[in-house]
Amino acid sequence: MMNKLAVLLGALLLTVAGVAGTAAASSGVDLRLEPAPVNRLDAESLQRGARTFVNYCLNCHTAKYMRYNRLTDLGLDIAMIEDNLMFATDKVGSTMTVAMTPKDAKTFFGAPPPDLTVEARVRGADWLYNYFLAFYQDDASTTGWNNIVFPNVGMPHVLWSQAGVNRLVSTEYKNHEEAQAAAIAVKGLVLVTPARDHKYRVDTLIADTPGTMTPTQYKGMVADLVNYLDYMSEPTKNKRINLGIIVLLYLGVLFVFVYWMKREYWKDVH
Amino acid sequence: MEKILNWIDARFPLTALWESQWGKYIAPKNFNFWYYFGSLAAFVLVIQIVTGIFLTMNYKPDAAKAFESVEYIMRDVSWGWLIRYMHSTGASMFFVVVYLHMFRGLMYGSYRKPRELTWIFGCLIYLTLMGEAFFGYLLPWGQMSYWGAQVIVNLFSAVPVIGEDLGIWIRGDYTISDITLNRFFAFHVIAFPLVLLGLVMAHLMALHETGSNNPDGIEIKQQPHDPQTGLYLDGIYSHPYYTVKDLLGVVVFLAVFSSILFFVPDMGGYFLEANNFIPADPLKTPEHIAPVWYFTPYYAMLRAVPSMMDSQFWGVLVMGAAVMIFFALPWLDRGAVKSIRYRGTLYKVWLGLFVVSFLILGYLGVVPVTVWGQFPESWPLLGTADRATVISRVLTVVYFLFFLLMPWYTARDKTKPVPERVTG
Repeated sequence: MMNKLAVLLGALLLTVAGVAGTAAASSGVDLRLEPAPVNRLDAESLQRGARTFVNYCLNCHTAKYMRYNRLTDLGLDIAMIEDNLMFATDKVGSTMTVAMTPKDAKTFFGAPPPDLTVEARVRGADWLYNYFLAFYQDDASTTGWNNIVFPNVGMPHVLWSQAGVNRLVSTEYKNHEEAQAAAIAVKGLVLVTPARDHKYRVDTLIADTPGTMTPTQYKGMVADLVNYLDYMSEPTKNKRINLGIIVLLYLGVLFVFVYWMKREYWKDVH
Repeated sequence: MEKILNWIDARFPLTALWESQWGKYIAPKNFNFWYYFGSLAAFVLVIQIVTGIFLTMNYKPDAAKAFESVEYIMRDVSWGWLIRYMHSTGASMFFVVVYLHMFRGLMYGSYRKPRELTWIFGCLIYLTLMGEAFFGYLLPWGQMSYWGAQVIVNLFSAVPVIGEDLGIWIRGDYTISDITLNRFFAFHVIAFPLVLLGLVMAHLMALHETGSNNPDGIEIKQQPHDPQTGLYLDGIYSHPYYTVKDLLGVVVFLAVFSSILFFVPDMGGYFLEANNFIPADPLKTPEHIAPVWYFTPYYAMLRAVPSMMDSQFWGVLVMGAAVMIFFALPWLDRGAVKSIRYRGTLYKVWLGLFVVSFLILGYLGVVPVTVWGQFPESWPLLGTADRATVISRVLTVVYFLFFLLMPWYTARDKTKPVPERVTG
């Protein structure tokens, strides 16, 4: 009886999961993201990402729950942090704030740039990685830039001199299937959106002017930055995972003893 | 030692209390997998209370500081991240074990005479737990906290005539604000936990008065006593037998709990929602507001009910009824047997339909109503309607029919004879 019920329940859960799966695929807008090549254990990548972050992001964006001295997590010592990464304060215990007031920021950008401390938990590493690759020149926007991943974003392309300038290429397809096939053929960042007359538009980017970095170098820089953002959103992640392994091993051993004890006691129950 | 115990027992019924509630409590010997979830619910309650106490030491119930204080706990407080993840994982796991515990009751007819009060106390615990979870979810003061609370309080505003005042009375303000946060904090950390503890005690005392049901639905108290042990034939002492067995359950539960806590504390956005890492912004409504997974079956029902006579109140009424109807269960069931083992096909089919409805409604409550697209225009009646909404309506009806038709199908069901002794 119990087995049958377990099977029944399992089947139910699978059905629900299946239904959920097909449902997720059938919505109109389809953004194909490249997976972010981040590695939470790569200290050098995290250090490079931290450098990019304080140099390029920490002028407009804050990370007001992140303390500078926490960067010792990345294998840096206090002197290195003070000499190379701290520009806005002289106290290593301070959090990462900026001089720009939210009011000014609103005037400059239309909306104050969000605090980035936990941004990676809001967006996910993949989204962030693709976001930095998705800028293109758009004369219609106020900053001169636009973004496939975040349409009409208020932020200009801060890393444009390294990345170079991209141009948007939009192609319309008769139906969703053709658009999907074209999107898969691109093998990179693609946005599929429903267009007029049941057509579908496929947006992708091509390089117009090269930057000071090769595309591979730029992707590496972005990967490091995203790796850092991901670390900053949860600095205890490595500790959490390592502790989890120990806890599970302990519970495994405890299980053997408790199981054995239970069996001993229950021997005389018939 | 014995002297101290005697001294206490002469003044306070310590030994008597222990023996009546657990030590000499006689339970059926055939509890199966489904009987772990009661003790596990009690265990999770303890986790929530203990971690909650530590969280309160650093949390600030202040709209300007709440979000910050949670990040402070996650980053700067020693082991704060662990305590917070235990509490957030515990909240969801509480509902997991409670839902499984309730399903056990449905399967084996544990709510039936003479255990009606145990069931009612249990339903009250479920209601209180929903309130406790709702109040707690506002505290991190993220976007989902804020807008989730906004949506739920607006449900009360849909009540005719007094609705608007009722909403203001609950919030203490015209919108969710610092005042609301403060009172929700008070409800979450003291008012509701006190009620919850009282109800749990009542639930257990009522259970230990009537004795436990079992997978066969046999009343072991009606059996003769074993001449050797003096116990009912199929009874054993809870202690040490179920003490060691439940301990095993706790270890396995902890393994599942730890796997989530240490490796996927967000649980793919179901236990901690991505949007809740954005501080609450009263001026920016998120595109998609969904409650946490444990409320979504009811939320799906709420959305499925069309607004009638210019009022959303009908949806609220249906949602409320869907929770309250559990109370009536002991009087709706007219089956000749308690356990699903001896029930006929009718009950099994209805229980299956009920579970399927609950799960699919739960899924539909998480996603936007457009998730399954629309019916083609050419379809009569249904043309251009959202598929998910129509399916939610059908499933809501199935959910209610499980209860409303119960007197009929349980009485008609072809049951099997119940054996004299438990079958293991």
